[in-house]
Amino acid sequence: MITKTVNSIQEALEGVSDGMTLLLGGFGLCGIPENAISELVRLGVKDLTCISNNAGVDDFGLGLLLQNRQIKKMVASYVGENDEFERQMLSGELEVELIPQGTLAERCRAAQAGFPAFYTPAGFGTEVAEGKETRAFDGKMYVLEQAVKADFSIVKAWKGDTSGNLIFKGTARNFNPNMCGAANITIAEVEELVPAGELDPNQIHIPGIFVQRIVQGSNYEKRIEQRTTRPQP
Amino acid sequence: MLDKFGIAKRIAKEVKNGYYVNLGIGIPTLVANFVRTDIEVEFQSENGILGMGPFPFEGEEDADLINAGKQTITALPGASYFDSATSFSMIRGQHVDLTILGAMEVSEDGDIANWKIPGRMVKGMGGAMDLVASADNIIVAMMHTNKAGASKLLKHCSLPLTGVRCVKKIVTNLAVLDVTKDGFKLLERAPNVSIEQIKAATDGRLVIEGEIPEMI
Repeated sequence: MITKTVNSIQEALEGVSDGMTLLLGGFGLCGIPENAISELVRLGVKDLTCISNNAGVDDFGLGLLLQNRQIKKMVASYVGENDEFERQMLSGELEVELIPQGTLAERCRAAQAGFPAFYTPAGFGTEVAEGKETRAFDGKMYVLEQAVKADFSIVKAWKGDTSGNLIFKGTARNFNPNMCGAANITIAEVEELVPAGELDPNQIHIPGIFVQRIVQGSNYEKRIEQRTTRPQP
Repeated sequence: MLDKFGIAKRIAKEVKNGYYVNLGIGIPTLVANFVRTDIEVEFQSENGILGMGPFPFEGEEDADLINAGKQTITALPGASYFDSATSFSMIRGQHVDLTILGAMEVSEDGDIANWKIPGRMVKGMGGAMDLVASADNIIVAMMHTNKAGASKLLKHCSLPLTGVRCVKKIVTNLAVLDVTKDGFKLLERAPNVSIEQIKAATDGRLVIEGEIPEMI
């Protein structure tokens, strides 16, 4: 067994510096690496390129890095819930690249799996395809999209073990598994870190080979963005 | 004339036994409330759940269980969770039978625009570009005209496109229409809506053949 454990979130983020490109897991505020985001705020690293499905809300998630002006460029599929984001984008302070959600997921998976690029029908005939190679297969048009390139991938899992094996919960899984192994170094923060051997190998979602550092997270807020309910019967 | 619930109710009739269905944000989400209960249907949400159920009871919300609109939801028996790449394999690989989504504009060729108003609103396309580029069966749910009263069924879209030649059917507050090679083919009128009203609210080519029945 190869031990991936680090003792603190500070140690987990060692090497993250100004100007780097980071992949961050999560969908909305669901399954985001809360501890790592807080530590990035504390570190004050700037000029970051952040690749994540969304950009958080004004006072949580990646919104915290935006407030602090630490992000130079944001790559995302949907950024609708963040006023500060919109302000920085419209004023030109923040560079933004919007890409289709499935293309974002596949660009991560391609990097993880060693594919330099792939063809997808998404975005053909739209501004997303501008400047990109297109090609017909069986009479349908496709756009060539490239694997992401990033320095660090930062993900959040429900359970993990000291070998770096990960298990996700509910829809907090989302982009997290696809981002593991899609950057030079993958950091996983988990709600519950257990000794190797305690997780059932049949239930592992991401094998430890895709993870370089794993750390026990703490104080998860798990904020709900849209609390929708129906009355008790 | 229909309200958003009426539009959702009419679209629900298009959901058939055995369908896997992806519902977009807004009116499409309401469709789930009107699907017949005697057929087997599973709803997919692209953030990673198949077999999505209704909103949770008060006090039972789970932060780790949301839909693509970031709303708290529940999972029904037989549900599954998966990562985003797998989710879009279901969509891009055409395993999802029906996609229902909203739009700002649709053209008579079936082009759709729903993600950006240059200089004013840029929220992003989310999964919409993947959905419209891949799905065989796409229904658009929207109002026939915008808030300023201008038609949303156009000859050409004026806004940045989400996808080209992909919309098959449109259900609005005024009508049900198919997108054909000849333009928008009028199939049904909403209750108490005349053909003249539909003509006046449609900028693109409108095909009217024979008697047009009122929606049931």
